[in-house]
Amino acid sequence: MKFRAEIDVMPVKEILDPQGKAVKLGLTNLGLKEVSNVRIGKHILLELEADSEEAAAAKVEEACKRLLANLVMEDYSYKITQE
Amino acid sequence: MKIGVVIFPGSNCDEDIFYALKDAMKQDVVKLWHKDKDLHGCDFIVLPGGFSYGDYLRSGAIARFSPVMELVVEHAQKGGYVLGICNGFQILTEAGLLPGALLHNKSQKFVCKNAYIRPVSRTAALTAGLNTEQVFKIPVAHGEGRYFASDELLKELHDNDQILFKYCDEKGEWNEAGNFNGSAENIAGICNKQKNVFGMMPHPERAVDRQLGNTDGIAIFKSLFNFTNQMV
Repeated sequence: MKFRAEIDVMPVKEILDPQGKAVKLGLTNLGLKEVSNVRIGKHILLELEADSEEAAAAKVEEACKRLLANLVMEDYSYKITQE
Repeated sequence: MKIGVVIFPGSNCDEDIFYALKDAMKQDVVKLWHKDKDLHGCDFIVLPGGFSYGDYLRSGAIARFSPVMELVVEHAQKGGYVLGICNGFQILTEAGLLPGALLHNKSQKFVCKNAYIRPVSRTAALTAGLNTEQVFKIPVAHGEGRYFASDELLKELHDNDQILFKYCDEKGEWNEAGNFNGSAENIAGICNKQKNVFGMMPHPERAVDRQLGNTDGIAIFKSLFNFTNQMV
């Protein structure tokens, strides 16, 4: 079966995100003063073959833990759908 | 002692460190390729600066899976010496050989300048022969050098005396002014608990030649080799 995983990798809360801060400043300068906080992460799409959704989730977990996210500085979350 | 400088696709300080070690420090040094399946008898491995694998995903994240890195990890776990400079330091944290992580500079800018650092611990080879009152002017060139560690990890680094260098101002004060990238506690370089793996963001290899106007890096390499040559 073919699955598709949509993964979000975000800097952990306690870490200053200078990129998000710079973008927030840009939005403020644009006139969007309502925006109070911006944090920027990565969105990763994976397509993979697996026997079941659980098996696909196990693979995605491994990919996130071992490479896609650095758990010292980033959190990850994902959604898996069958193609 | 034989030193191996690992070259990854995207390394760009490999020639600098090779020159510094061979010509300035008169060491026995060879180049290793990231696809090498053995360490060619090297006792000391250096991971140079640069942008291995284009810094894709995170600095150092992909280099860690290079074939040679498996051997470097094994070498380090057996107590072998490893030094990572700049991107090399990032690779070592990604590989789990050094604790913590290196984040985007607080300013969100790539900083290329002479930084000032002062040694902290003298219990590791890299700083054992240095005077902790002396300020070293060492070039830095990085966009992701902000050292990050949790409070528990920082405590551990203190307890085990693992902090090797901290950024300071010209006078040697560990203050905000010297901490250009926003590192936790001004940390510029650390070692592992066993004190055989060292990482630092500044480039001592760019400060070993009088013709280039700065020789502050020589003392750091001297300390390293005085100590490690006795051990090998």
